[in-house]
Amino acid sequence: MSQPTLVEPGDAIRPGEPPVVERYRAGARINHWITALTMVLLILSGLGLFHPALFFLTSLFGGGQIARTLHPLFGLVLAASFLLLFLQFWRGNLWKPEDGAWVAHLGDLVAGHDEKMPEVGKYNAGQKFVFWSLAALIVVMLTTGIMIWDQFFEGLTPIPAQRIALIVHAVSAVFVILVIILHVYAAIWVRGSFDAMIKGHVTAGWAWRHHRKWFRQLAERRAAGTDRL
Amino acid sequence: MLDSPRDPAVSNPPVQGFKENLGKGDVVRRSATASLPPPTRKLDEVAKLIDVSKCIGCKACQSACVEWNDTQPDIEENVGAYTNPHDLTPDMFTLMRFEEWENPATSDLEWLIRKDGCMHCEDPGCLKACPSPGAIVQYSNGIVDIDHDACIGCGYCVKGCPFDIPRVSKKDHKAYKCTLCSDRVAVGQGPACAKACPTQAIVFGTKTEMKAHAEERIADLKSRGYENAGLYDPKGVGGTHVMYVLHHADKPHIYSGLPDDPAISPVVTAWKGVTKSAGLLAMGLAAAATIAHGIFAKPDRVTAEDEDAGRALAEGDGTGGRP
Repeated sequence: MSQPTLVEPGDAIRPGEPPVVERYRAGARINHWITALTMVLLILSGLGLFHPALFFLTSLFGGGQIARTLHPLFGLVLAASFLLLFLQFWRGNLWKPEDGAWVAHLGDLVAGHDEKMPEVGKYNAGQKFVFWSLAALIVVMLTTGIMIWDQFFEGLTPIPAQRIALIVHAVSAVFVILVIILHVYAAIWVRGSFDAMIKGHVTAGWAWRHHRKWFRQLAERRAAGTDRL
Repeated sequence: MLDSPRDPAVSNPPVQGFKENLGKGDVVRRSATASLPPPTRKLDEVAKLIDVSKCIGCKACQSACVEWNDTQPDIEENVGAYTNPHDLTPDMFTLMRFEEWENPATSDLEWLIRKDGCMHCEDPGCLKACPSPGAIVQYSNGIVDIDHDACIGCGYCVKGCPFDIPRVSKKDHKAYKCTLCSDRVAVGQGPACAKACPTQAIVFGTKTEMKAHAEERIADLKSRGYENAGLYDPKGVGGTHVMYVLHHADKPHIYSGLPDDPAISPVVTAWKGVTKSAGLLAMGLAAAATIAHGIFAKPDRVTAEDEDAGRALAEGDGTGGRP
């Protein structure tokens, strides 16, 4: 029978011509795009301080002083916004046996042999990797960011600890950017994915191709008449 | 007999006009700047020498510093120590630190007074850490200075400094520290603190002169029984342009925590070095790889068969498509 953790509130098949599959509610989508916008602002302002060759990016915000002021504030918005996303998505991102098989077939996925991929639930192992790595990295970045936020937390930790916070913040930021590149590119490469986060629904073909286990469960619920409970 | 060199800090400064003699062409290091035009000339390296054994703790140097730099340090509470204010602040670039130390060899109480402030390192940690191009510069005479127009107030210099010197103002969000009176040196004068020092514990001149003067002072101290007297010009930061004569040069830490062997922290070096270049490379490669994949690889498209199977499942009885 159905495993309740595979399906999130709002997920449902919506009959029509053609039928579509509801994947993200409006709240989740707004939440996602606020997170995405603050992430972009954080990356731009942060890169300006990361490398002299990118210092010009601070002028997007009105100069170094303003970029330096805004960066940690963006960080707080992102942390709060991501927390809300986390609370909605963490169950669906718990590791499942099929995720190991999916990772084992990663070569087939990249080579375009989608038919060899195991059926997965709402999130595949790649999406789960993005989810959990961002969750962990954001915790690290928030902690180290507060340690070096002199405007409000000067002297919270001794200077040797602040130096470690600086390097950990910078290295984590590089990993965040790598994960974001993966996340954005995966959404572009897997055509039809943007619909999920913009319109909130995907085509039945997309659900069948990429998240068949999840799709089957929605179909079972629909057949059993429990899909809108 | 005068045991300090005759120099502008001791003698009266020239009264005739003096063309400013410290400019862009004298910059040898500039923060967050990869390539810098070579300096147009090489100035004599200068140094301030602080003879701790001659200091009487009068704080004339602090007063002169406040007056010359026109700062307004807060009036603080008396907490039972002579050190005042409690620490270096954005408005107090130099501070007499008072330490009562019991010499274990003699059981004598020694009152160690050290004038703290920027050491003007040859290898400045503040400049290395600074992310803003040109906010911190080093001149060929050794002076390390902050350009407040370029300072963004991030406080990285505070973390880069091995001596815990710069302070970021909460008012204008810019970092402040001793400039070695670069504006006075530029017109042939010495630092205000040296000018004001009544015992000539603070003297200023070329680094060569100051080292020679220190040798005389050290010989004098040794002849008086301070066998560990010596010059503090730490090699770990490439030497400094503010040096101390210490009567206990074997243990600088007794002078209110003067670092025994200061150097830029390896964490700071790794952060500003390999992390930046490797990080930029990793991000660049990842972006380039995805762009290349996007252009040359086939996108993962939903096929007509997928759509048919999906529709069958969506419209079926819930078992559709299952083999």
